[in-house]
Amino acid sequence: MEKRELTCIGCPMGCQITVELENGEVISVSGNTCGIGDKYARNEVTHPERTVTSTAIILGGDKPRVSVKTASNIPKDKISDVMKEIDAAVMKAPIHIGDVVVKDVCGTGVDVVATRNVEAI
Amino acid sequence: MTNYDIVIVGGGPAGLAAAVSARKAGVDKILILERDKELGGILNQCIHNGFGLHTFKEELTGPEYAYRFMEQVFDMKIEYKLNTMVMDISEDRVVTAMSREDGMYQIKAGAVILAMGCRERPRGALNIPGYRPAGIFSAGTAQRLVNIEGYMPGREVVILGSGDIGLIMARRMTLEGAKVKVVAELMPYSGGLKRNIVQCLDDFGIPLKLSHTVVDIEGKEHLTAVTIAAVDNKGKPIPGTEERYTCDTLLLSCGLIPENELSRNAGVEMSPITSGPIVNESLETNIPGVFACGNVLHVHDLVDYVSEEASRAGENAAKFINGQLSESKGDEIEIIATDGARYTVPSTIDVGRMDDKLTVRFRVGAVYKDSYVSVYFDDERVMHNKKRIMAPGEMEQVILLKDKLAEKPGLKKITVKIEAE
Repeated sequence: MEKRELTCIGCPMGCQITVELENGEVISVSGNTCGIGDKYARNEVTHPERTVTSTAIILGGDKPRVSVKTASNIPKDKISDVMKEIDAAVMKAPIHIGDVVVKDVCGTGVDVVATRNVEAI
Repeated sequence: MTNYDIVIVGGGPAGLAAAVSARKAGVDKILILERDKELGGILNQCIHNGFGLHTFKEELTGPEYAYRFMEQVFDMKIEYKLNTMVMDISEDRVVTAMSREDGMYQIKAGAVILAMGCRERPRGALNIPGYRPAGIFSAGTAQRLVNIEGYMPGREVVILGSGDIGLIMARRMTLEGAKVKVVAELMPYSGGLKRNIVQCLDDFGIPLKLSHTVVDIEGKEHLTAVTIAAVDNKGKPIPGTEERYTCDTLLLSCGLIPENELSRNAGVEMSPITSGPIVNESLETNIPGVFACGNVLHVHDLVDYVSEEASRAGENAAKFINGQLSESKGDEIEIIATDGARYTVPSTIDVGRMDDKLTVRFRVGAVYKDSYVSVYFDDERVMHNKKRIMAPGEMEQVILLKDKLAEKPGLKKITVKIEAE
């Protein structure tokens, strides 16, 4: 049996939650004081996800960098691979909010998109 | 001298929201003065997500959130001037500004909205001993360098202070390949959001040392190491607990201070607690027609609340120039924050001028669990709301209803306090 300790992010209480797992299945969740904690803990131990935000190089624009994000959450263990693909991308101005910077990043099915406008100069 | 109905000092989230709401209220000549080369303020460098859950019911990054308001400013053809520094605001609302393009000029404003935001507490205000080498940045400066300019300040990082910007930068520097060795926090609790502690520190195995501070800085030309130590309950370093970290970068995330030089010069009365103007229910300062909103008024936790507050300032400024904001009769009710509540915004209420509902925002001075937010009308307790947790990092609020206040003619003071039961 595996035990995982988590801090709930559902609210400022920050309950310390203990999850017990058997062969990857959640057996028990304890330490939470509401349903949000239970849901958070189960997601977090079985398929933790994050949105990644960063910047990409852009050429010929009124700014040297364009800020970007994954259009939705990606698996947490892919964060550093996603960063590598974002770092390898070189964009050309103009680019606008929502424009795709990396399509289907790391095979996650999620696009990396621009979060600000950079105009050509 | 040119004339405008409303001049807004600052084109960040507060200034933008105030401009939009004033235009919606029918104000024609509005001018936003912004010292940076673009609108949006600090949101432009806050590229992480989590903004706008209240306002837009979706999670946006900072630049996206700012653009939602910028778009409205463009569509409504609200005038703005960039690269423009406001030098002075006079008591009769003459705004002196300057820019490279236009030189120095003056504008007579029907109403002025202060929306200058805040700035970070610098090293000089922290009394950290040691050398003064290169490599020490405020967290926000590092954020601008990395996210806007595309430069990395260093490779081995120690962060002092666990405010949200420090936490966000711990993750950002890590993602860009730096090694963040430790985050030291003087207080026994973090001022940052739980979500940021988990997703910015725990996710990357970065240790957070509470009740610790920096006691030495080494390096003559460039930073080479810092020493941190545990502190006692008076904040004094405990001998023997020192730990030395070699590093080339020290980031400071030790609090934000509203930027009120202009307000002070104009004669605006200030609160020693918030370092922001003292305002009434209309977010108006002691100078009639001068309003304040956003982080220049008090430092907010969420930008959504900034936008909401700024919208109210814009509406009230519109009322003022249309002569709809009745003159004070001198019977304002005073709001007193005590027993754990550090301050309230606003500080006074004129029932005749208030909207049907008034949100009073405040912060607590320590962490409170299973406690009550109580509101007293004079000596009578009228509100007693249980809160599972309250922390200094998060803003609290109570909502006062005009009907209830109207039932109490002669009411002198409203008290907001934290009670154990």
